[in-house]
Amino acid sequence: MSGFDKVVGSYEEAMAGLEDGMTVIAGGFGLCGIPENLIAEIKRKGTKELTIVSNNCGVDGFGLGVLLEDRQVKKMISSYVGENALFEKQLLAGELEVELTPQGTLAEKMRAGGAGIPAFYTATGYGTLVGEGKDVREFDGRKYILEESIKGDFAIVKGWKADRFGNVIYRHTAQNFNPMAATAGKITVVEVEEIVEPGELDPTQIHTPGIYVDRLIQGNFEKRIEQRTVRQA
Amino acid sequence: MALSREQMAMRVARELQDGYYVNLGIGIPTLVANYVPEGMDVMLQSENGLLGMGQFPTEEEVDADMINAGKQTVTTVTGASIFSSAESFAMIRGGHVDLTVLGAFEVDIEGNIASYMIPGKLIKGMGGAMDLVAGADNIIVLMTHASKHGDSKLLEKCTLPLTGAGCIKKVLTDLAYLEIEDGAFVLKERAPGVSVEEIVEKTAGKLIVPDEVPEMVF
Repeated sequence: MSGFDKVVGSYEEAMAGLEDGMTVIAGGFGLCGIPENLIAEIKRKGTKELTIVSNNCGVDGFGLGVLLEDRQVKKMISSYVGENALFEKQLLAGELEVELTPQGTLAEKMRAGGAGIPAFYTATGYGTLVGEGKDVREFDGRKYILEESIKGDFAIVKGWKADRFGNVIYRHTAQNFNPMAATAGKITVVEVEEIVEPGELDPTQIHTPGIYVDRLIQGNFEKRIEQRTVRQA
Repeated sequence: MALSREQMAMRVARELQDGYYVNLGIGIPTLVANYVPEGMDVMLQSENGLLGMGQFPTEEEVDADMINAGKQTVTTVTGASIFSSAESFAMIRGGHVDLTVLGAFEVDIEGNIASYMIPGKLIKGMGGAMDLVAGADNIIVLMTHASKHGDSKLLEKCTLPLTGAGCIKKVLTDLAYLEIEDGAFVLKERAPGVSVEEIVEKTAGKLIVPDEVPEMVF
């Protein structure tokens, strides 16, 4: 058996080692491209006091929203939240902490975290509440704030196809934050719709190389749609 | 008469050029896509990772993996590309998007913009708005000139928490098109039938009125 084989046999095994108080980075944008079965496994485990880094926090009863039901989340680091009533209730009751982060800064924090870059300067947020208390430097006459990168104890990622070595391809806009999340976990867990043998995927088309992936599992996905907008044929 | 939402979108669409990559915010800015001049090619950027956003899908075409930044199901146009959020914001923050159109609660004479947060109400977040205003050179803010209560949204100094500092130069309201220059709004055009006096009355920040203020023609 190859030492590069990342496939695990169960969702329990996929999330083994997750403990109270850990930081979990999750891919997904809204409900698109979210690791829905890995989230469900965190709910089943009942791990508490989690810091979740994700662009959004799901909706009532689906996605990361399910982790609010048993108060498993201590803090969210996100760009846009509050699409769920429970989130609002816990936030107003002081049971949940939120660190609002501009979307591009959030993506870059994950990317930098995975690339060994501890911090970076960006113009985004200068002169706003986001920039308060952060180091400011001027380059070429423009002001920038210093943003620290993010690493997770775990990263949970949703891919489309992967080979057993953990080389992952994403589908359409379900890509979003997933490739950056995949690089930034001490343990990166990827769930996909289909696992194939090494050699079946074109190396040129790989989005996430297997080096970033620790555990891989194939799952079934509901893929709930948040805003179904259609035109007449 | 104040401009309708459609007329506001039509006026902004006149700023488009062939070959432009454009990011349209949620709300009225989205309508600009309906008024791209005939024969002109424009690609819409959606910050969740799509360049070349198409129209809504038919019922058969609906795909949960194909959405825009408003989380709506969409399609792609010919020549579209799809990428990660980091790539998407690299093009936004790196100044590669030709035109950004977004809404706002307030804009002031220093080019500050407030668009994401009203203290005391539930704070949902800034999404990609802070990146868009910090990264783009060419931004048009699209909003009503005054609130429902009649309070001016063009101020001496923004009262709400800022989305970006000193980054706005162009504002289109339902009453006028204005540019921000040297610490003042400059009245460039007025909506058909709207008097200069009405615009002066509804603009709280310093306003410069040139001798000639042409009426928009639709």
